[in-house]
This record gives sequence, structure tokens and C-alpha cells, in this order.
Amino acid sequence: MIASARERSLPIRTPEGVLFSLPLAGPVTRGLAWLIDVCCITAACAALTQVIVHTVGLLSPSIGTALAVLLYSGVSIGYGMALEWRLRGQTLGKRLLGLRVMDEEGLKLQPSQVVLRNLLRAVDLLPGLYLVGGAACFFSRRAQRLGDIAAGTVVVLLKGIEAPDLDQVLPRKYNSFRDTPHLAARLRQKVSPREASIALQLLLRRDELDDAARLRLCSLLAESFRRLVAFPEEATAGLTDEQYLRNVVDVCFRARDARDGQNPGGVGQ
Amino acid sequence: MIIDLQRFITEGRPLWSELQTLLERLEQDPAARMELEAARRFHRLYRRTASDLARVTTFTAEPELRAYLESLVARAYGEVHEVRGRRGRFRPFRFFAISFPRTVRRHAGALSLAIALTLLGCGFGMLALVLDPQAKEALIPFGNLQGDPARRVAEEEKSAEGPGLRAAEFSAQLASHNTRIAIFAVALGVTFSLGTMILLFWNGVILGAVALDYIRSGQTAFLAGWLLPHGSIEIPALLIAGQAGLLLGGALLGGGGAGARARLRRLGPDLVALLGGCAALLAWAALVEAFLSQVHEPALPYALKIVFGGVELIALILFLFASGRRAEG
Repeated sequence: MIASARERSLPIRTPEGVLFSLPLAGPVTRGLAWLIDVCCITAACAALTQVIVHTVGLLSPSIGTALAVLLYSGVSIGYGMALEWRLRGQTLGKRLLGLRVMDEEGLKLQPSQVVLRNLLRAVDLLPGLYLVGGAACFFSRRAQRLGDIAAGTVVVLLKGIEAPDLDQVLPRKYNSFRDTPHLAARLRQKVSPREASIALQLLLRRDELDDAARLRLCSLLAESFRRLVAFPEEATAGLTDEQYLRNVVDVCFRARDARDGQNPGGVGQ
Repeated sequence: MIIDLQRFITEGRPLWSELQTLLERLEQDPAARMELEAARRFHRLYRRTASDLARVTTFTAEPELRAYLESLVARAYGEVHEVRGRRGRFRPFRFFAISFPRTVRRHAGALSLAIALTLLGCGFGMLALVLDPQAKEALIPFGNLQGDPARRVAEEEKSAEGPGLRAAEFSAQLASHNTRIAIFAVALGVTFSLGTMILLFWNGVILGAVALDYIRSGQTAFLAGWLLPHGSIEIPALLIAGQAGLLLGGALLGGGGAGARARLRRLGPDLVALLGGCAALLAWAALVEAFLSQVHEPALPYALKIVFGGVELIALILFLFASGRRAEG
């Protein structure tokens, strides 16, 4: 069965009981990285061959050609091995596309794994254009080509990951919900982490949505939160659905009272 | 319960950043080692970040923060929990003189099978040529070997001279070509060894057919003088590559899933040792083939070439049989 995009991640449970998952790269991204690598190998070989022809080749054409042949073999076979070992699982193509080779159990990549996965490329490339490897990668649950399966490696996607900046969506302004602390506490109790996170994500990504979609999503979410806890009318009067959500998110993700930073013109007004 | 995310981030960020900096430093040098105190600090940071990840996962579903912490924990996890021994710097001499022959001996069964398959192919090639002499072109896919052996020998001996000007180039091409064949023999192991077995058998067929063709033409001395100097190293090297391919296939054959993965993890370093040694042998064989094998009588007596090839073969057998035994003990 074809692994769906959702299944393309590698779950790992640490001995401490913490579960994390690594997003796996699919055949298309990996193919593009390989194309970049092929260009690098070709360029490196061409440049080095020119150097040899214009140095050793002048003294002895035969030895110059011999060196060029050895160099081409060495670079084409050793490129992936040398870079993946030196750059911790990355070639230039993988680095450009944000991919990294990793051990399939999340452990450190061993030299033998790097060598083996690169050697077995000989079969993955068959009968041409990476067809065997591409098919294996497409059908494999862990998006592994044959070399990866034999070496026990996976290729993961590295994302530019940074901790979210909550001040971007939750400026410390007056929140009318906090005027009724018992209701705010009940809201925190009743809202599930998943619901709170959906609301937070909506606020973080509000500018990526068109107006109609944003208003509709805000309306839907605000309505579901209104059903959980009924705040007094003076706390909700004049609040748009989006403002309502901001107050909910503020209550959920900021435990301490934010009235230190009250702003009369803030979200709750 | 939902955690106070703002406070959580404010308190955790300095520790996460410290862990990130340590990870980047480690990742820049794969052979780097930490002092005991630094390792303790690293472990504390890892445990704290893992614990933060568990809290984020349990008490919020905030995906960006979770992804950030997951990436940190994933990177640190590999450093903390890796138990496979660090092998230190690569030492070529130790690798070739100790690791390689020991690995060959450790998997002697697979080598025996590779030899048996090649001998079977030899027998088949000879038999096929006896039963159907017309099949020579199909059995021997090299143009320069398809003609009459006696005529070739006469031509070679007529133009006999020392190593040609292009010997170095020829040697490099041979080394490159044979190394690729050896890699292919190993890589075909992923076909549950079927591809490797076919390759070994087919190499044997060609070898048997060529040998019989030259022997029947009365050119045994030329054949031995031409093949032995490089073949005594090249053929065993390809058999060792076949041995690696058979081992790879064997690991896959024993059933899939976690069992196969564990077997492959154990086998990986051995496959690399076999192929590394094989590449070194092939480089030597290519030099000999370019500079010695192609030089014939009267420039170089066949007897001398045969003795040279025989000495090489005995030395190789002794090396594979005995080298590194003291280290084993």
C-alpha cells in the first residue's frame, strides 16, 4: 500500500518515554537534491580534469588521462560518502533543499551506513533515472530507497523551526474576560489543548487567509468557545469574533493576570 | 490543563538555545568528544528539553513549538543514546591488514558459496563450449577474445614489447571499471542475492569458456601467463565482492521487519570492510594487468609471469588466512 503523506514521518520513543517524530522526505524532493548533486559532481570533475590536463597532462598525457579517469571515479563514487559523513548526513543538494540522512532509529549516523547507502545507489539507479530507488522510496513506508533499507537510514526534512513569538498575537492588553476570574478559570479548564492551539494558529496565520475565510473560521471557533463558558454581557459587548478568540487564547496561554499591561483601547474593548 | 505558554517559552528558551549551540558544535566535527562535565551538562539539557517536549505535547497542541523542541530532542537523542562504539580515526593500514582479512574469515561460508558458484559457472561455460562451439560469441562477450586464440597469440607475440605509453591510462580504466563491477556485485545483494549469484555464475561461465578455448588451441602457457599475474588477485577480489553481496542478501532473506533491520545494522561494517579491501586488491590487479599482463614473450617469459602470478595467489591466500589472527586472540 502506498504510504500517504500523513504517514511519512518516523516516530521515535525515547527511553525517557518522550515521543517525537521526524518528517520524511519524499521521492520528488530527494530526486531534486540528487540532480543538484549530479551537477556538482559534473562541475567538480570538469574543473579538476582541466587542472590535470594543464599540469600533469603537459608532462605526460597518458598519466594525465589516468589521473583524470581515477579522479572521475573517485569523485562520483566518493562524493556522497565524503559529504554525508563530513556534513552529518548532507550533500550540497540535500543541504540546499533542507534534507538530512539520519539513522532510522534516530541514532548517530555511522560511517558504514554512509558508505553502504551510497554504494547501493548502483542498484537504485537501475535501469536508469533512479527508477528502482524512486519506486522503492514511493512505496516504502519510511520513504527509503534500497540503499537506505540496507544501511538502516532515512532522509528527513529539516524545517526552519523557531519557537513561536506569542507577543505577535497576544500583546499585553486589557482582556475583559479576566474581570470574571472564576469564568476565565473555567474556560481554561474546559478548553482542550487542541482547541486552544487551533485558535492560536488561526490568529498567528490570520494574514495568510482571505477575509471571508478568516471571518468564517473566527465565527465558527468563537461560537464553539461561547458554548463552553457564558461570560457576562458586559465582558463580551462589542467584541468581534476575532477579538473574542484573542481573549480566549490569552486566557488559555497566559496563566497570570495580564492586567499589569492594561490598555484602555485593547482587545477587550 | 493548558500551560502558560509565554512563561514556558521565556523560561525554556535559554536552555534550548544552549542545547542548540552545543549540538551545532558537535555536528561540525563528527569525531569530536566532550569532556565529562560538558557531557553531563549536555545530558541535563537534553533531559530538560525532552521533558519540555512532553509537557508541550500533553498540555498544548502548539505545533510550531512542538516541532522546534522535537527537532532539538531528535538531534540530541542521537548523541546521547548512541551505543555503537566510536571507532576513532580511520587507519588505512589497520583496516586493510587486520579488519579486512578478519571479516573475510568470519564469513567464510559466503565466500565458499561465491567460489562454488563461480566454479559451477566455469564448468557450465566449458561444457557449453564443448557441446556447441558456435555458442562462443554468446558465451564470451569481448570482441578481442572471440577470434582464434592461436592467431591472437601470434599477433601479440609479434608485437611484443614493454609496457606501452598508454599503460597508466589503461590501468586507471581497469581499476575504475573493476571497482564498479565489485560495487555492483555487492549492491545486487538487495535482490535477495539472486543478482549477485547470477553475476558470479556468469563471470565463471566467461572464465571457463575463455580458458577452454585457449587450452584447446594449445595456448595454455599464454593463457596462464596472461591471466595469472592480475587474475590471481582480481578474481579473488570479485569473489570477495560476491561474498559481500551474498551476505547482504542473506540478511534480507531471514525475514523482513525488525529482525532484518537488526541483522543489516550488524552486517553494515562488515560489508564496508569487505568492499574496501576488495577495492585495494582491484587497484593492485589493475596495475599488474596494465604493466605486466599485457607484456608477452619474447619481451617477458611466460614462466616468469606464471611464477609471479602463483606467488601472488599464495601470498593472498596466506594473507587472508593468517593476517590479523593475533588481534583476534
